[in-house]
Amino acid sequence: MIELQHISVKLLLKEQEGIDLAALVPVFHGWIQNQVFDELLIDVADYRHVPDGPGVMVIGNEADYSVDNTDGRLGVRYHRKSVLNSSNQDRLRQAVKSAFTACLRLEEDPALTSKLRFNGRDIEIVINDRLLVPNNSETRQAIEPEIRVLGDRLFGAGNYELSWDTEPRRMSGAKLKASKVLSAGELLKKV
Amino acid sequence: MKASNTLWKEQLTGKMPEHLAREIDSFETDIALRKQGKIDERVFAETRLRRGAYGQRYDNGQRNDGQKIQQLKYPSGDLTKGPNTMWDAPGMQRIKIPAGGVNAAQLETLAELAEEYSDGIAHITTRQDVQLHYIQIDDTPTIMRRLAAVNITSREACGNSVRNITACPYAGVCRDETFDVSPYALAMAKFLMGHPDTQNFGRKFKPAFSGCAQNACGLTSLHDVGFIAAKRTNEQTGAEELGFQMYVGGGLGAVPYYAKLFDSFVPVEEAMPLTQAVGRVFARLGEKKNRSRARLKFLVQDLGIEKFKQLVLEERKVLPYDERWTSLIKDAVKAQETPLRLSGIWPAADSEDFKQWLKSNTRPQKQAGYVTVTVTLPLGDITANQLRALADIARQYTRETVRTTVEQNIVIRWVSLADLPALYAALKAVQLNAPGAGALVDIVTCPGTDTCKLGISSSRGLAGELRDRVLAEKFSQDEAVQKLHIKISGCFNSCGQHHISDLGFYGVSRKVGGFAVPHFQVVLGGEWENNAGTYGVPVAAVPSKNIPQVITRLTEKYVAERQTDETFKDFVKRLGKVQLKAMLEDLTKPPANDRSFFSDWGDPRTYGLGDMGTGECAGEVITPVDFGLAAAERELFDAQVSFEKGDPTLAGNQAYHSMLLGAQALVKSEKLGVSDDPAEIIAEFRARFYDTQRFWDPFAGGKFANYLFDAHTNLGKPFTEESSRLLMDEAQLFIDAAHSCSTKLGSLVTV
Repeated sequence: MIELQHISVKLLLKEQEGIDLAALVPVFHGWIQNQVFDELLIDVADYRHVPDGPGVMVIGNEADYSVDNTDGRLGVRYHRKSVLNSSNQDRLRQAVKSAFTACLRLEEDPALTSKLRFNGRDIEIVINDRLLVPNNSETRQAIEPEIRVLGDRLFGAGNYELSWDTEPRRMSGAKLKASKVLSAGELLKKV
Repeated sequence: MKASNTLWKEQLTGKMPEHLAREIDSFETDIALRKQGKIDERVFAETRLRRGAYGQRYDNGQRNDGQKIQQLKYPSGDLTKGPNTMWDAPGMQRIKIPAGGVNAAQLETLAELAEEYSDGIAHITTRQDVQLHYIQIDDTPTIMRRLAAVNITSREACGNSVRNITACPYAGVCRDETFDVSPYALAMAKFLMGHPDTQNFGRKFKPAFSGCAQNACGLTSLHDVGFIAAKRTNEQTGAEELGFQMYVGGGLGAVPYYAKLFDSFVPVEEAMPLTQAVGRVFARLGEKKNRSRARLKFLVQDLGIEKFKQLVLEERKVLPYDERWTSLIKDAVKAQETPLRLSGIWPAADSEDFKQWLKSNTRPQKQAGYVTVTVTLPLGDITANQLRALADIARQYTRETVRTTVEQNIVIRWVSLADLPALYAALKAVQLNAPGAGALVDIVTCPGTDTCKLGISSSRGLAGELRDRVLAEKFSQDEAVQKLHIKISGCFNSCGQHHISDLGFYGVSRKVGGFAVPHFQVVLGGEWENNAGTYGVPVAAVPSKNIPQVITRLTEKYVAERQTDETFKDFVKRLGKVQLKAMLEDLTKPPANDRSFFSDWGDPRTYGLGDMGTGECAGEVITPVDFGLAAAERELFDAQVSFEKGDPTLAGNQAYHSMLLGAQALVKSEKLGVSDDPAEIIAEFRARFYDTQRFWDPFAGGKFANYLFDAHTNLGKPFTEESSRLLMDEAQLFIDAAHSCSTKLGSLVTV
């Protein structure tokens, strides 16, 4: 069985333009000051100057959090770095839960004047390990059931489309697109 | 740590060069032994440094979060990877790219590593290396194996070793070059890596190659060993011979030294044995204990170039013959580049963007019909997706002839003129089509306080701010201004090469109203051309937030008052330090009631001191220390004026006296009645601040205090122009250190 580790989850934002990413810098410093998650948060990395880049990040020990603009798709991203000793489904749920928790925190932060909002439909899941999960058809076939279990749980069976990034040099990644809009809070409850 | 680490070793067995595989296995064993406590942390630190695995900011397990010093509780507890360096703390992996040359597969591997182990960004350095940040030490053997599988090594990328061998990125295609230095640089890199004669240095050793003397590209003036291509005609045979002007003992660092001419013509086949001989002399006679005087530049300075040369030539005579001195060159020459596509003619520019890009980012090669394209990278950063796109472009349009540059960009060589529209479109698709290569917007910066443990001010934060302002056209649009260079270092160590820039800045701290304020020392009039022919002069320390105004003011004056064809360097020289300093005087203090000056660019945390109270910034508390340090600054300023007036002796004496005043200021904080007698000041300063290490820099140790002690010891010796200039640079650093000391010891305000 393929082991899914180092899962990255990105929740696309409703507003893809006009977001003031600079305002995230003090917010993320506040996350470190208050160590708002169970994971150790260490530093802020600011890549606003890089087009279609990682945006503004909180670097952590177990995971990084960011508002990421890779591929020109702006979203709240959770990127697990440490190994988790549990089932694939547990790992997927942990990453999705962390992403929604971070997203909700940003949505509710009064310091962010340009409000960040999950668009309610688009979730990108990437497995950040090319050796464990090479980006090929065999892998996709093998892990699709795992992704489906998660997708069914979040959106309900038949209520979303699942597509894959098939460029073999990129990491294995699935895109879930729901047919109806759900809030980050609603989806968090379903995880 | 990555789940797949153990699998990669199996996966790549037999796919790496044997010597690199062995080396990485050995490092992996060292990691295991360190975890078992069987290797001392200091030994392990040097072991990992020699593999390019650096520490990073906050790796001591604590961080000023703006409110308090926060303890970062890493899961491995007290396990360290060096003194005061926690095992799990993120670090930096430096990757050597000899002469900056990378092929498509290597670009793809760098992309993979940036994504899987770092933060998705690969950073190009001012010495053509690549750096990945936020790396876990446990992942480094896998990273090294994946690099080795595409023939890249990080071996000796850090530590007291021969660092990356840099070379002009246009070598082989440049119209101005004497000949292509690439094969010689690559041969030298192979020859010196792991060489027994380069393993016992007291400090790092940086070689560089340039194809010509007049351009900047090789920056030979600031290297330990520099080679500039030269030709001569053999008087007996009439044959043309290739060789190098060989320079030694250059270096930036805190006090920059110009390299000195070792020989005006060294035959190409002598470059390796002579460098080996230099290495032997450096290993034998170079300083080992006092790191601040352990670079080759100090040995050359102390011995004098003639004596140094004599020792090297003696060593050369007794070197046992090594067939690699010539075989490595022959191999490298065989691997010379050729074009993939037929040559073309200049295309018509169908858009203003394309036209602008053609003008700034392409450079005609000496081979008709081809250009070298510069891909400008903001602050030297490139994403994994962009790296893969570059790999595709390199394959499609060239024979993968790509190089990194010391301006933190990437060049694609051998691009047919006919392919420029398509190549531009391909770059544009991944937003790598920014114009302005080598121009004002193309700011060079070291990592600074973002990730570097030595950073004092946020060089990247400032660079980002300045870049935004250039793009928003907030600075003069005059063409001469747009061609100026900005280079920024986060501290005095010069990784951003601020000394060789029109507008250079390095981070310092100053105390204002009892609290630390991030500043940059403004360094003006350095020269990028002529292989970094002139180093700039420090003019004033200005709060970080006022630096954009410094640029506005200087460039506007340059536009308004420059004489015909006058370069900025010449303009700065003509104005002189008195006028320049007067121009900036009002910017050297933060405005009252503006708290933003107490944090740095891009970093909202209160700078330096976590316990600053609300509203305190408006008040000025002038203490005897502050007065004394101001007097020291004035004295040093006068020294620089004397120097400009052509009196190095007076300048040298004033520089010494400025340090004395700085020391006296600190002593007065504890002993108000200290006299003006130099001997007493030095004795008191030594006892109170040096011996107690209170004056010491966390990383430079007692280096800056030694500048004063040495100057005091040498008092009465004649000054030359060079020794006077060096002493002024040292005095500036001493005074900067005195300010830092005063800031650290906030309780000094007790008299």
